[in-house]
Amino acid sequence: MAGLATAFGSGAMTNSINQLLQTNVILLVGANTTEAHPVTGYRIKQAVKDGSRLIVVDPRKIELVRYADLWLRIRPGTNVALLNGLAHVIMRDDLWDKQFVAERSEGFEEWRQGLEQYTPEYVANICGIKPELIEEAAHLYAQAEKATTVYAMGITQHTSGTNNVFAIANLAMVTGQVGREGAGVAPLRGQNNVQGSCDMGALPNYYPSYRFVDDSAARQDLEKAWGVSPEAGAPGQPNGQGPAGLPVEPGLTVTEMMKAADRGEIKAMYIMGENPVLSDPDANHVIEALKKLDFLVVQDIFLTETAELADVVLPAASFAEKEGTFTNTERRIQRVRKALEPPGEAKPDWLILVELANHLGRPWHYPRGPEEIMEEIARVTPLYGGISYARLEETGIQWPCPTPDHPGTPWLHAEKFTRGKGRFHRVEHLPPAEEPDREYPLLLTTGRMLYHFHTGTMSRRSKRLEAIHDHELAMLNPDDASHYGICDGDTVQVESRRGKVKTKVQVTDHVPPGVLFMTFHFKETATNLLTNAAVDPICKIPELKACAVRVSKV
Amino acid sequence: MERITVTINGNQYQALKGSTILKAAEANNIHIPTMCYEEGLSIPGCCRMCVVEVKGARKLLAACTTPVTEGMEIQTESDRVVEARKDILRLYLASHDLRCLTCERNGDCRLQDYCYRYKVEDTPYRGEQKKYPVDISNPFFFRDYSKCIMCGKCVRVCAEINGAYVYDFMEKGFDSKVTSAFDDPNQETACTFCGMCVQVCPVAALVEKSVMWAGRPWEMQKVKTTCPYCGVGCQLKLKVKDGRIIGVAKDKSGSNLGHLCVKGQFGWEYVHSPDRLTRPLLRKNGKLEPVSWEDAYNHIARRLSSIRDQYGGQALAGLSSAKCTNEENYLFQKFMRTLIHTNNVDHCARL
Amino acid sequence: MMPNRILICGGTGCISSHSRPVMDRLEKELQQANLDQEYQIIFTGCQGFCEQGPIIIVEKDSTFYCRVDPDQVPAIVQDHLKAGRPVEELLYTNPDTGITARTRDEVVFFQKQKRLVLHNCGLIDPENIDEYIARGGYKALEKALAADPLQIIEMIKKSGLRGRGGGGFPAGIKWETARNAAGKHKYVVCNADEGDPGAFMDRSIMEGDPHAVLEGMLIAGFAIGAQEGYIYIRAEYPLAVRRLLAAIRQAEEKGFIGDKILGSGFGFRIRVKQGAGAFVCGEETALIESIQGNRGMPRPRPPFPAIKGVWDMPTNVNNVETLANIPVILGMGAGEYAKIGTQQSKGTKIFALTGKINNTGLAEVPMGITLREIIYDIGGGIKDGKKFKAVQIGGPSGGCIPAEHLDVAIDYDSLISLGAMMGSGGLVVMDEETCMVDVARFFLTFTRTESCGKCTPCREGTKRLLEILERIVEGKGEKRDLETLERLGRNIIDSSLCGLGQSAPNPILSTLRYFRSEYELHIEQKVCPAGVCKALKHYRVIPEKCKACGLCKQECPVGAITGEKKAPHVIDPAKCAKCGECVKKCPFEAIVHG
Repeated sequence: MAGLATAFGSGAMTNSINQLLQTNVILLVGANTTEAHPVTGYRIKQAVKDGSRLIVVDPRKIELVRYADLWLRIRPGTNVALLNGLAHVIMRDDLWDKQFVAERSEGFEEWRQGLEQYTPEYVANICGIKPELIEEAAHLYAQAEKATTVYAMGITQHTSGTNNVFAIANLAMVTGQVGREGAGVAPLRGQNNVQGSCDMGALPNYYPSYRFVDDSAARQDLEKAWGVSPEAGAPGQPNGQGPAGLPVEPGLTVTEMMKAADRGEIKAMYIMGENPVLSDPDANHVIEALKKLDFLVVQDIFLTETAELADVVLPAASFAEKEGTFTNTERRIQRVRKALEPPGEAKPDWLILVELANHLGRPWHYPRGPEEIMEEIARVTPLYGGISYARLEETGIQWPCPTPDHPGTPWLHAEKFTRGKGRFHRVEHLPPAEEPDREYPLLLTTGRMLYHFHTGTMSRRSKRLEAIHDHELAMLNPDDASHYGICDGDTVQVESRRGKVKTKVQVTDHVPPGVLFMTFHFKETATNLLTNAAVDPICKIPELKACAVRVSKV
Repeated sequence: MERITVTINGNQYQALKGSTILKAAEANNIHIPTMCYEEGLSIPGCCRMCVVEVKGARKLLAACTTPVTEGMEIQTESDRVVEARKDILRLYLASHDLRCLTCERNGDCRLQDYCYRYKVEDTPYRGEQKKYPVDISNPFFFRDYSKCIMCGKCVRVCAEINGAYVYDFMEKGFDSKVTSAFDDPNQETACTFCGMCVQVCPVAALVEKSVMWAGRPWEMQKVKTTCPYCGVGCQLKLKVKDGRIIGVAKDKSGSNLGHLCVKGQFGWEYVHSPDRLTRPLLRKNGKLEPVSWEDAYNHIARRLSSIRDQYGGQALAGLSSAKCTNEENYLFQKFMRTLIHTNNVDHCARL
Repeated sequence: MMPNRILICGGTGCISSHSRPVMDRLEKELQQANLDQEYQIIFTGCQGFCEQGPIIIVEKDSTFYCRVDPDQVPAIVQDHLKAGRPVEELLYTNPDTGITARTRDEVVFFQKQKRLVLHNCGLIDPENIDEYIARGGYKALEKALAADPLQIIEMIKKSGLRGRGGGGFPAGIKWETARNAAGKHKYVVCNADEGDPGAFMDRSIMEGDPHAVLEGMLIAGFAIGAQEGYIYIRAEYPLAVRRLLAAIRQAEEKGFIGDKILGSGFGFRIRVKQGAGAFVCGEETALIESIQGNRGMPRPRPPFPAIKGVWDMPTNVNNVETLANIPVILGMGAGEYAKIGTQQSKGTKIFALTGKINNTGLAEVPMGITLREIIYDIGGGIKDGKKFKAVQIGGPSGGCIPAEHLDVAIDYDSLISLGAMMGSGGLVVMDEETCMVDVARFFLTFTRTESCGKCTPCREGTKRLLEILERIVEGKGEKRDLETLERLGRNIIDSSLCGLGQSAPNPILSTLRYFRSEYELHIEQKVCPAGVCKALKHYRVIPEKCKACGLCKQECPVGAITGEKKAPHVIDPAKCAKCGECVKKCPFEAIVHG
């Protein structure tokens, strides 16, 4: 997200999902949409059936490979090399959009110099593919009337994640494939309200609407709006003694929090609706860190693996039991409606927060509930300035929607980039933080499958989904399987430097030789015991897509 | 868009050039019955329910496939048209399993609706009826082809939207049947159980198992909401009865255009899981035990403020959630920033 | 010196009446007689006079032999070829006049024909392109390539040529639409999915003169701007497939098919696609689906194939006979061609004569000829001197026309007004022993089986129509059935998706129109006047004629006949199995049924 935000000024998907039907060339990188974002997967298939060309960049033989004109089966973790290679060909063959670059971008010359070594032959060697494929893909993408790059966690969950995104942004800018209907860059959000959580400032460095916490103007605006007077008290004032000014220092990211907790610097955590024990890399480390806390509050709908470690567990309402809004991956703010009463004494998270704030001495008061909270959001969040429940009744609205009469924005960066000019970033190929070696000869990459979701908290408690698929099925290439004497259906132990798990194995050419694929949906096979918590230096996204493991039959 | 003038049932209307008779009529609030037409899918023109009379045409024309032309004179409910539609309905009835009393689609069935609209009480055609065993083998829905009217919408939605190509027509003529290859159960096909076939079925040939004996369609409340799974944000309607979700209906207002995947369509059961937390829990002597909200709040308030006061806001951290609403995320970060006085707030955006 | 040719008919009809052994024998006999240098045997396409096959024509004196048996071949060689005395008993004698014809032109079957499209059929070796070229073949293509495509289209329009496959749509307008339609590629499709039972005119053209079809396609391709053609042919026509493939190969070798045809800028390829035998694939949109590898089910029209056809590209679909007309039109000129036929229907039409007619076979006649001329002059009248009852025209979804309309000049429009249609030109003649309800039931059995099942009226409706007819022929008909048949039939015609459903009820409606009383007898009196419907046959003994011989009693397998000596016997209808054995045994013709 930071990558795109830095390059374009906004980290969000530039266009709309259904504009995929209008695009001529789709470059799909590190996104298994038919399983992880199925309805977007439908759109890509529809587009292809309707004549769009599809380039798939993925080590795995995902379903969309069948629909692809070109499949670039690169080695995991070599995205930057490939994307630079595409740009190299585009420059070499003079396929770039000179006018767009001149009028809409900056940093071009420096970036251009960095491309020189990324010849097709050089890149092909790094990525393990034929150089002709790189040339073909570059031509297809650059010469398309409208091209869209679609990516997901296969791009971001690497130590080079931000660089990957920079490289994608560079490619879009140099070819002018952004800022038009049907042409843009589409990061797909993994969860239903990742976009909204970010928009709302549930981030250590941003207030709502992506205003930096160290931007004093923003801070003053919010202090005023939230009734926090900077003069009224110092940080650390006891409960009830009046508000303190807003903190100035950017906060910690999840992975940093866990490390800080491990060091004893974080004493207490309040976790609302997340399950880091299963979702975060290097799970053993997460558990240890959480155990070291003085105080842990977990608020969830189930007693998750994380909640089991808590001092206090608060029962929350599910999506069907509350009012509110979610913002989807295409920036569309949509209503969530209450269909049922929460079970027992469970309460919606917003109400718990309000009541807890009241107990901490703050007179938060939203008698009209989430609708009234949204009115406050609209006041302090310029992107949401024109949003109200009345307007969302029929259908959602895509931000930016600054005023009540603004129709919303189906595609961003139309006249100019959110940050003014688009910024080129010179990026270099770097190998993953942990590469296979003698001891751990296989590369583990993780992802999702269709029938389950994330840590399985929801999907595995839906008995019909569970009836279709109820266990981890790691994917191993036939070459490796025969090398290790493993048969389809065998149970194996997978081990990394951080932990080990047992799983059943499917022997399939879905994965290339040397690569093992696993999901993280099944607590019985807690894949994140294996993964590496090494993070991207800018975004702090952990490298869930590559770590070294070994397998043995049990 | 260029507009042209057409006459429908004696009145002049403006219609978009290139639109079909069906669309032109719909745009002017004239409702032509359809069985096989589904917005967003290809148009096979096969049910023939939408036939209309067009001046100058020898035969009746399908409104769903015939484009309007300038000056076209259309009759949508003339005697000739109604006569043809009635016979189509009578033909449907002649080989339809008419156990409507306990049918899950009773009251929400196109066949019923149109028989009512055209006063078709019964069929004069007595003869062979199509009878097939009901396929209940998959966990999500059953396939009862004795009720199938061969509109082919399931075939098209599966092929054109999902791309799984599970269904097609088998055999010919009266013996033809919509089914999977070799009549296989869905688990043995490329089916991804998105349930879109169930959603488009105009009768009860495909019905989700969860609604069986769970309530009549008119007793269900339909609540439009947003899917809680991935970031696509599909719009859907929860079918609710007696405080329980019993199914999901399609909603076309969002960018999913009514399309869903298996999780959106069938992944809601966790809401009613017995594992749901129903009371606040407080760790006492190492064990989590139920307490009142008041006790829980007081305990949390005391602990958070004491840690904050002792170590400062930086010693606390909050994880918000990508599963929670905007309003909740907003309040959470506001809570951490204004009450705890820390920017240590994050969520799993990166995972 | 060029050898003299002996033409042996190699059409499917003559092959099945053993023309191959005749040819083998002739080859042997010629060798033995040392005449094999002097005479050349040509295995031709269909002559049309299938009733009298195998047919041999000795070209030097045009002698026309029919029903030749291999054992009669030596006579032809010895008496005719060597001694110059034609073999009298192999010549055709008109059974009505007793006059013997020596040449083909003297045979009355050929005299009333106008063989334009069939002008090569039976006279050339279809597997030798040189023979086609020698008779002016590919001259029309040459002419076309020298002209402007628009001129060709104008010419076809002016000729008045209408589609010979059934619909009768003006070919020139179809071509023009395809030419004007936008598309990266364009296609010409030859519809060779001749599915009507008893119809074989297209097969005969393909077997007898395949290059005429190819030439027609090439000219069509040039006119509309297509680069590729498909011949969609039923796999049940293996001989036609073989000859087409051979013809395509030869035409490619000669440069009539390929890139830069005859040195022009025009390139065209032709592919043969074999169908799997579904009748509905003769419907042009179902045919296109089938070419694309899909289940053969019709598409809604519009868009018409001329706008969106094969692979959604502009496609001109014509049937075999229509395309075979094209070289003829270019050869004789549109004006001359338009002089043949009626005001609205120009040119000739080939009919396949079958049923209770003396001369079954293929006849090409000018439009506007009367049915009487076809049936009585060309067809030689009704078999066994029986009375004419009706003629079914237009294939399984055509209509039955009774005697009172035999003198109507037939063309597309007159047939429609009579409740029938031109269809592909199948002509089934029925005599007085035909039950018209049973005829309707027969055709509905066909259409119900061949309905693809896509649209409701045809899928469900043909089934119900058939069920009603089956009840009527079983004596379970009810009075209101006729009204139901008419109403449902009308609605199926009015609301079905494609031509199959839109015409499937025709046999019922036309028989109801002309033979309603027969239906009423079946329903009200439970009687089949033609004595065809088994369930309605009632055997009884005429007491006055019965001599009480007891033979019938002995013969009856179910013991339904009783009778004392010297007393007329009686048949118990409850026991009678209606086998008819008693009738055969009775020496006094005392047992009848009705």
